[in-house]
Amino acid sequence: MSSGAVPTQADEAVAERARSLSGDAWHDLRRSAVFWTATALVVLMSLIAAFPGLFSAIDARTAACSLTDSLRAPDANHWFGFDKQGCDVYSRVIYGARSSVLVGIFSTLITGVVALFVGMLAGFYGRWIDTILARVTDIFLGIPPLLGAVVVAKALSGQELGIWPVVLALGLLGWPSPARVIRSSVIAARHQDYVNAARILGASNGRLMFRHILPNALAPMVVVLTIMLGTFIAFEATLSFLGVGPRNTISWGVDIAEAQRWIRDASLPLMFPAGFLTATVLAFIMLGDAIREAFDPRLR
Amino acid sequence: MTGAVVSHAPHLLDVRDLVVEFHTRDGIARVINGASFHVNAGETLAVLGESGSGKSVTAQAVMGILDAPPAVIRAGQILYNGRDLLTMADADRRTVRGAEIAMVFQDALSALNPVLPVGWQIAEAMRVREGKSKAEAMTRAIGLMERVRIPAARERVRDYPHQFSGGMRQRVMIAMALALNPKVLIADEPTTALDVTVQAQIMDLLADLQRDTGMALILITHDLGVVATVADRIAVMYAGRIVEHADVHALYERPAHPYTRALIDSIPRQQARTQVLKTIKGLPPNLTRIPPGCPFHPRCPIRQDICTTLLPPSVDLGGGRTSACHFASEVLDGRL
Repeated sequence: MSSGAVPTQADEAVAERARSLSGDAWHDLRRSAVFWTATALVVLMSLIAAFPGLFSAIDARTAACSLTDSLRAPDANHWFGFDKQGCDVYSRVIYGARSSVLVGIFSTLITGVVALFVGMLAGFYGRWIDTILARVTDIFLGIPPLLGAVVVAKALSGQELGIWPVVLALGLLGWPSPARVIRSSVIAARHQDYVNAARILGASNGRLMFRHILPNALAPMVVVLTIMLGTFIAFEATLSFLGVGPRNTISWGVDIAEAQRWIRDASLPLMFPAGFLTATVLAFIMLGDAIREAFDPRLR
Repeated sequence: MTGAVVSHAPHLLDVRDLVVEFHTRDGIARVINGASFHVNAGETLAVLGESGSGKSVTAQAVMGILDAPPAVIRAGQILYNGRDLLTMADADRRTVRGAEIAMVFQDALSALNPVLPVGWQIAEAMRVREGKSKAEAMTRAIGLMERVRIPAARERVRDYPHQFSGGMRQRVMIAMALALNPKVLIADEPTTALDVTVQAQIMDLLADLQRDTGMALILITHDLGVVATVADRIAVMYAGRIVEHADVHALYERPAHPYTRALIDSIPRQQARTQVLKTIKGLPPNLTRIPPGCPFHPRCPIRQDICTTLLPPSVDLGGGRTSACHFASEVLDGRL
């Protein structure tokens, strides 16, 4: 080779140019309006979840609500008006973000890790490993998620565990469908010649799974997981609505459940938490869609 | 060497009596039925056959990438420098694969990972196997891309497979296979998916690379026209068996097996534009029900009674020529 062992300037330029898949994806994402809109929303919601005090002068956890304010219309100091109990809706929406966003993120993390592990092993190794894992997946898929979540949340309730019983319940019941998606895309990729080619050139099983097959399975996985993140947030609201959600916690679900009873008298106490819920779910789905597109070079 | 005097050096790659079966729902398909061939450094062997004759399975068996199950290697040896790849420990075999024997796949579009830049894919083997740094491997990858004559290699190294044309993709595949300087390169129908002018370019490239590196080239193809210009020897496969093996010129001039003769006769010729193109009647046999006797007998124009009952052995016709036909010498002399 003419270029020898000493790296020349040209070599460094090459290394810089030879960006990774994530580098190329970032290059694409930077120019995507959908990505920035979704990111802004997600960042905003995360900030609200992390530091609610920055956004609301009233601390909804300790505020004294007065029944004389019940269902009062918005004014300059109380932008979203008051709910049936006479509490400030704006501060409750702000303080309710934390449990919703955290439930969504942590449930998705658990789901993603379990689904990736199960789907990858079942799809890559096939045979008896696949048979066993596929049956276990089917069993979990047979459990109605809402019912299962109610049981888990109920069993762990009364122990002041905050959002964790809900996170655990959703995480453990959510993984089967993404696992099946990952398994099928792994099976589709496993028999491609490029996997054979990489194996011939000496790639280990781990390398085949994570460097060659996973990037091909990433796109459908990201889509399923971001949609699930949205549904998990909605699920948390449902569980709160059913009275088995996070205990002693303010959440959008609790407020929606409460407000829908008075919708004919005042719709705003329902609209604001529901609007925030919808916006958050939408932001995560949009973010997932943008990321998926950026990570799939075939779509460029 | 263990002191024993060897009268002749072992062939670089020597496949002996290979038998591969596929266990399918419809029964056992005998895909390779005792195929034997060999190749030495600097040589080009063409393995020629119709679809389903077992060409690709032979390549996969040599590379050790047969899907097992359903595939089972029943018998035979695959000797590389005298060492049997089939009985070798997995770890040893991995050191042979890629570094000693590499492969170019038929369809470069499915043999290149769609989500990874081509440079990354060419560089990977050098990073994993030779422990080269990312920048070093990438520089080598550009060198390889230039060597397979990809224009503007430096700019294109971070492009993805779908951004290349079919011929360029095949060049990328070849660059990948050459990354570890293999001694044997198996090209499985490297030009089938390409149009005719590009086919010729790729064949020229392979021939040049082989001359420069002195590696052995096994060219698997169904196209007699493709092999004529580059191959030294031809092994003709039918129903998982090498039915004829000869020097390329000898085979074209005087085939010694009726199947080979039929193949040569069915090449379209420009002079004979007004004539009807000759074809071989019938279809290759169903590998779960290979006919008794000579597997070619149902389609053979010179079939005799013996052909339906007795499997013809491979007859040595001298000069490295073999033919598995009961009437090999008669066919060779043109008497039948």
